[in-house]
Amino acid sequence: MTHLVEIARPKRTVELTIDGQTVRVPEGTTILDACKTLGTNIPTLCYLETLHPVNVCRVCVVEVQNARVLVPACSRTVEPDMVVSTDSERVRHSRKMVLEFLASSVDLSTTPDVDGWLASYDCKPERYGPPAPDEAAGERDALPTGHHAPPNAEYAATVGQPVKVDNDLYVRDYGKCILCYKCVEGCGTDYQNTFAIAVAGRGFDARISTEFAVELPKSACVYCGNCIAVCPTGALMFKSEFDRREAGTWDESKQTQVSTICPYCGVGCTLELHVQDNEIVRVTSPLDHDITRGNLCIKGRFGWRFVQNRGPRPMGGGNGQAGGSAPRGGEAGGAGGNGAGDGHG
Amino acid sequence: MIFLWGANARENHPIFFHHVLKGVHHGTRLYVVDPRRTSSAQWADVWLGLNVGSDIALANAMAREIIHADLANTAFIEHSTTDFEAYRDLVEPYTLELAQRITGVPAEVIREAAHAYARADRAIICWTLGITEHHNATDNVLALINLALVTGHVGRYGSGLNPLRGQNNVQGGGDMGAIPNKFVGFQDVLDPEARSRFERAWNVTLQPNYGWTVTEMLQAMDRGELTSLYCIGENPAQSEADQHHAEKLLRDLDHLVVQDIFLTKTAELAHVVLPATASWCEAEGTVTNSERRVQRVRKALEPPGDARDELWIISEIARRLGHDWGSPNAEEVWNEVRALAPDMFAGMTYRRLEELDGIQWPCPDEHDPGAQFLHARLWADPVGLPKAAFSLTEYDPPVEMPDDEYPFTLTTGRRLDSYNTGVQTAGYTSPLRRGETLDIAPEDANRLDVRDGDLVRITSRRGSIVAPARIDTSLRAGLVFMTFHFQDQVRVNLLTIDATDPRSGTAEFKACAVRVEPVRAPDDVPARALHRYSDPVLGD
Repeated sequence: MTHLVEIARPKRTVELTIDGQTVRVPEGTTILDACKTLGTNIPTLCYLETLHPVNVCRVCVVEVQNARVLVPACSRTVEPDMVVSTDSERVRHSRKMVLEFLASSVDLSTTPDVDGWLASYDCKPERYGPPAPDEAAGERDALPTGHHAPPNAEYAATVGQPVKVDNDLYVRDYGKCILCYKCVEGCGTDYQNTFAIAVAGRGFDARISTEFAVELPKSACVYCGNCIAVCPTGALMFKSEFDRREAGTWDESKQTQVSTICPYCGVGCTLELHVQDNEIVRVTSPLDHDITRGNLCIKGRFGWRFVQNRGPRPMGGGNGQAGGSAPRGGEAGGAGGNGAGDGHG
Repeated sequence: MIFLWGANARENHPIFFHHVLKGVHHGTRLYVVDPRRTSSAQWADVWLGLNVGSDIALANAMAREIIHADLANTAFIEHSTTDFEAYRDLVEPYTLELAQRITGVPAEVIREAAHAYARADRAIICWTLGITEHHNATDNVLALINLALVTGHVGRYGSGLNPLRGQNNVQGGGDMGAIPNKFVGFQDVLDPEARSRFERAWNVTLQPNYGWTVTEMLQAMDRGELTSLYCIGENPAQSEADQHHAEKLLRDLDHLVVQDIFLTKTAELAHVVLPATASWCEAEGTVTNSERRVQRVRKALEPPGDARDELWIISEIARRLGHDWGSPNAEEVWNEVRALAPDMFAGMTYRRLEELDGIQWPCPDEHDPGAQFLHARLWADPVGLPKAAFSLTEYDPPVEMPDDEYPFTLTTGRRLDSYNTGVQTAGYTSPLRRGETLDIAPEDANRLDVRDGDLVRITSRRGSIVAPARIDTSLRAGLVFMTFHFQDQVRVNLLTIDATDPRSGTAEFKACAVRVEPVRAPDDVPARALHRYSDPVLGD
């Protein structure tokens, strides 16, 4: 009755040394994955197991004996008898520099794990000076390629700028963008193949942009949110999360995650519903789910609001404070409950 | 090689299409058969832009070409199929030239597609409603199956036939026996052995006859034979073809019960409305996706107001009708399914469904990983019985072909951000949404002197509606397109025809004849429509 088909040949194994420990892994394994088998943690920002590595953040670099330069652990594959150091002075110095530059120029306040890394590599981003004031809306988008204004030594240069809020589904806060390319890859050939965004500009002026920096509703964007799903810094964020953060009602400690199946087409995408106060506040899909690989379409990602448009709902789990945030669904549901059928152009 | 036949997966199955694109980037050839040059077709190596409803002529001509070019898989045909000779005789008149006349696809393109399909190492044909929403839906499907049988592209890894399911549990509904002729696990109602199995389990006597499909129910209402209806999670007042008629039938019922999460248009006609939970996030259970994968849905939210779990509602109705089912939970119901259809589901415990992230049926025991694909028995030696039979599928044009009075063919479908009658998707604000439009080819628009956004009146033999025109270069002259997502504003199903496939009960939503006229005088338009389409976006 079993029809499982092997579609790849078994692989040979390769022996190498990581931080003095010998390890044997299948050929083709990355240094990063080999490290994981030993329980060695390496910081990563632009790496994601579901995307092609682009090697841009340089935070995962390790030292390979007899190699001229440090190598990115996320994409370099193991070789027989390789000798790898993940925590040498050279590695630590390099990571410290990268993290300091990022922390001095980008708002990392919603980047998971980064505070721990900054501490463990003894980073002092403040030594580059106080952060430069945010630029006005659209200013960075208008920077011409190839002409860089001389930096103002008083401040640490930053990518600070106002948040782009141009639709009801998600926001783009490029003051938090580290240019990891993940969104570009997810929108491009890795998954979505919509190509709504790319990197514009060069050097410190580089930024993620729609074509001619138009607003999202005028761009090729199809609102699958697969860019949000891979963003490591919170630069791309559900509007529902953004609004709650603005209102001070975003509280991950009160959130539960339940996995279920999308209510729309028959593909059967797993949805991970992030629920706070009995409301869905964010929807993701597991990276290791072999249907979605973490991706969804606009309906799966954002099309859930109808369940909350059905009049008042009981508040969820525990300490629903009196007079607190009214369930947002209440306003749209409206009398009679057939609000779902009308409105919206 | 992938054939997308009557399927616009780019918009309607976007995550499936990610996998298609992965293949395309790795050299898979993509052929798209669709009257419209859809966003899926834009990714294709070859787009076969056939006339609506001419699919069988195309399939038969491909088969004839494959046979004549000596590309038929004769070993497979002999080993695994029956009725090939009759099929060969049937397709013989379908020359490439005839097919070109019927389908509008150039003979050379048909020839090339036939050769490419027959020569491919592995090839699948995927289809959706472009094949099934026709008066001869079943024949359309059988014609595609014939192609797979001629070439042996079935029952092997990477080769096969794949109907892409349009709803998250349309497969599961069938699996669970929510169809008029089967019990759980596709056990036939007329099979005495199956019937007695269910009679023993449920301690009731079961009628040895088939029920009615939705379309047959509507016909029975028309005859006055069906007077009470209990409608769960469906909106026939808006989703059925020939809407005036469907609505009248529902209105004339003696008793209409609607169980839904919304007060839908159907619910507004009901005598009793039972507020239900959203099964995918307010209740526990399983759904089955397009690849036969049984997957768990889980409760994440407390339902609003008086909404109740549907299992509770149904059990309570049973109790009040004198049958005490106790108060089973979803897992207990599932375990009964496993016990009653063991060949398909016995191995799927809730624990295993969780561990394996869903299992594809059949999965008869708890050591079985599930089946990646079906019909491998056709390649076994000796062949697993029964052999696959060729079907004799003749081209039969849509019931309404365009004529002088109604010169356009109207075909309907979905768009990326919306879904069916819009009851669910209207709940969120999509920046992509532009409301209902009549999509029309540039040359037709020119001829009618209609520009983008101009209001037009669309009239069929059953009804007449007004919508703004949208000039769409993906359409060929003579073809117009609408969705059915905005039924509250533009009642597209007033136009569609309820000619149905006798075997599947599906109506011919994909083809009816209409007339399109520019609306010049504003008083010709309902105020509601004008208000709605004063949206500046349409002026772009």
